[in-house]
Amino acid sequence: MTKITSLADLKNIKASVEAKMSLRERSETPDSMVQIRVAMATCGIASGAKIVMDYLINELDKRSIPAIVSQTGCMGYCYAEPTIEVTRPGHQPLVFGYVDSKKADQIIEKYIKNGELLDGIIPVNYENIEGK
Amino acid sequence: MTQFKMHLLVCGGTGCRASESEQLFHSLKKEVSEKGLENEVQVITTGCFGFCEKGPIVKVMPDNTFYTQVKPDDAIEIIAEHVIKGRKVNRLLYVNPETEERVSDSKHMGFYRKQLRIALRNCGFIDPENIEEYISRDGYAALAKCLTEMTPAQVIEEMKKSGLRGRGGGGFPTGLKWEITSKSQADQKYVVCNADEGDPGAFMDRSILEGDPHSVIEAMAICGYCIGATKGVVYIRAEYPLAVERLKIAMKQASEFGLLGKNIFGTDFEFEIDIRYGAGAFVCGEETALIHSMEGLRGEPTIKPPFPSVSGYLEKPTNVNNVETFANVPVIINKGADWFASIGSEKSKGTKVFALAGKINNVGLIEVPMGTTLRDIIFEIGGGIKDGKKFKAVQTGGPSGGCLTEKHLDIQIDFDSLTAAGSMMGSGGMIVLDEDDCMVSIAKFYLDFTVEESCGKCAPCRIGNKRLNEMLEKICEGKGTMKDLDLLRNLSHVVKDTSLCGLGQTSPNPVLSTMDNFYDEYLAHIVDHKCPSGQCKALLQYVIEAENCVGCTACARNCPVNAIAGERKGIHVIDQVTCIKCGACLEKCKFNAVFIK
Repeated sequence: MTKITSLADLKNIKASVEAKMSLRERSETPDSMVQIRVAMATCGIASGAKIVMDYLINELDKRSIPAIVSQTGCMGYCYAEPTIEVTRPGHQPLVFGYVDSKKADQIIEKYIKNGELLDGIIPVNYENIEGK
Repeated sequence: MTQFKMHLLVCGGTGCRASESEQLFHSLKKEVSEKGLENEVQVITTGCFGFCEKGPIVKVMPDNTFYTQVKPDDAIEIIAEHVIKGRKVNRLLYVNPETEERVSDSKHMGFYRKQLRIALRNCGFIDPENIEEYISRDGYAALAKCLTEMTPAQVIEEMKKSGLRGRGGGGFPTGLKWEITSKSQADQKYVVCNADEGDPGAFMDRSILEGDPHSVIEAMAICGYCIGATKGVVYIRAEYPLAVERLKIAMKQASEFGLLGKNIFGTDFEFEIDIRYGAGAFVCGEETALIHSMEGLRGEPTIKPPFPSVSGYLEKPTNVNNVETFANVPVIINKGADWFASIGSEKSKGTKVFALAGKINNVGLIEVPMGTTLRDIIFEIGGGIKDGKKFKAVQTGGPSGGCLTEKHLDIQIDFDSLTAAGSMMGSGGMIVLDEDDCMVSIAKFYLDFTVEESCGKCAPCRIGNKRLNEMLEKICEGKGTMKDLDLLRNLSHVVKDTSLCGLGQTSPNPVLSTMDNFYDEYLAHIVDHKCPSGQCKALLQYVIEAENCVGCTACARNCPVNAIAGERKGIHVIDQVTCIKCGACLEKCKFNAVFIK
């Protein structure tokens, strides 16, 4: 066991566990960061949603974008799987269909970073009871 | 490095453990590994979430899903449905008692919305047995800052500026206490953490030690640096085994990391912590009694002065602070005294942890800014009174405190406002009473406790409380007189004024405050020989209404003492002398013939 002998040592330990803790830290203030929900019902998983989710988690981390990526059930757009719902802070959620790693990369670069819209947005055809 | 997608936080506090949260933890782990998800899902034991009413609790991050009353067998469903398919397990979600709707995540729960967690910041968030998780939450950064950037005097100044007051009940300014001890000259000084939580119904100190032991260790070291002590002692009751275990693990880890021991953070500051066990005596929460108990003597208080800050443990200057007080210290150093002082009321800064208990929907541990109203605590966070009954009173401050009523609900609670209202903050126990509670019995309940816990050293407390208790008993039996009421009040004041330590000086408070606020209930017991809420058995009479009685004999057959006489198909009568008022007849009668008079 290496002993902590300075503030720098302490900071190193903090940094080394940061990745592990960030998921919990971010969940404390979900409204202040990008939230992505990946539809992970049977159809979504069959179409590759798991790969997309892994890609999003790792890439967002690599590109230092604080975000919460969680999985959800079937969103009802089975024809367009894998689908993801992206909520930027202060914006209405947007649903993207036919997402693969390449598409996910574009979503991160264009929509999440700059708010630029891109193809493949599924018009939201329902109202949420929370908004009522 | 692969990142975990999901964290499952399982409450490992004593309350949830009693309802099998440990087995739940293991079955979740087993399910995770059977489904091959070890690299995606992490299962962690944490400290108390505070929502003890509905334990065991499982919180799923990142979506903040809050599962309540989870059984070990539910692990299969949680993993198969929520973790793998992303569908929340509806039946385990928290139900809002008012709307009867299921609440999908903790951010939408009234229980958490009005809370501000400083002392409990890590409880239910980190694994208390993992020092790295504490460090990732800025743990030990405050100690580093103090040792490397600040002089002891500067730290004390910061503590004074923050306005932090002792959370154990007295409300003495913490910074001032540190300053006084720092000025005492001696070859050795001691930092003592008072973890002898004794108020009936209070469990915040236990929860902090179980959920975030490092915060206390860090704060004790900071205090040691300020007052010039190299030794700390935690005085903890032996009936808190889990807290002791977690504290020991934390102390071991801190030593391994060099955060306890010699040359901490490369400076020449050294600090060690030791544990002393108490046998669970209420009086040992008083600091002089606590110190005597630590020394192996009888747990009896002595007259102050000398104050422990001058001559305490082993006759050396000793600084005694409560667990919750210590838990606030690292945050104050990290975030600054001004930040802390901006929270709370004018004379009481920061937050206070309360243990909600009694006839309230959300029994549990909560932390709110000083100055929050009782109404918010009881009706917003606490979710109101159980079974839709009527609120009657709330008892705060344990056996030293008093009862507050409807008219006090909008008081902004802090140390001073509670004292002004005739109660006190105490360590933060809050017992909610409804219309079915008899206030004379409540006063007697607390007196029973103090009579039992009085150390017997001084006469006013030893004899006075006993006499008070006897008078209350007499009133509960309907044998009290108006003269007893005067005597009760006079003797209460005598005990308050002449007792040696805080125990006796406050023990008549429950009597005085119930007499002030519920005088009519005392009168009803004495003048009318009635207990308005039907709690005092001696004042009840079970009678059979002749009109409704069909002579079925059900009551007579079920009476355990054969107090009911009557022929089959004839009217039955209860013999009041033999009757023990067990209520069996009332329960068995199908014709509403038995009632309470």
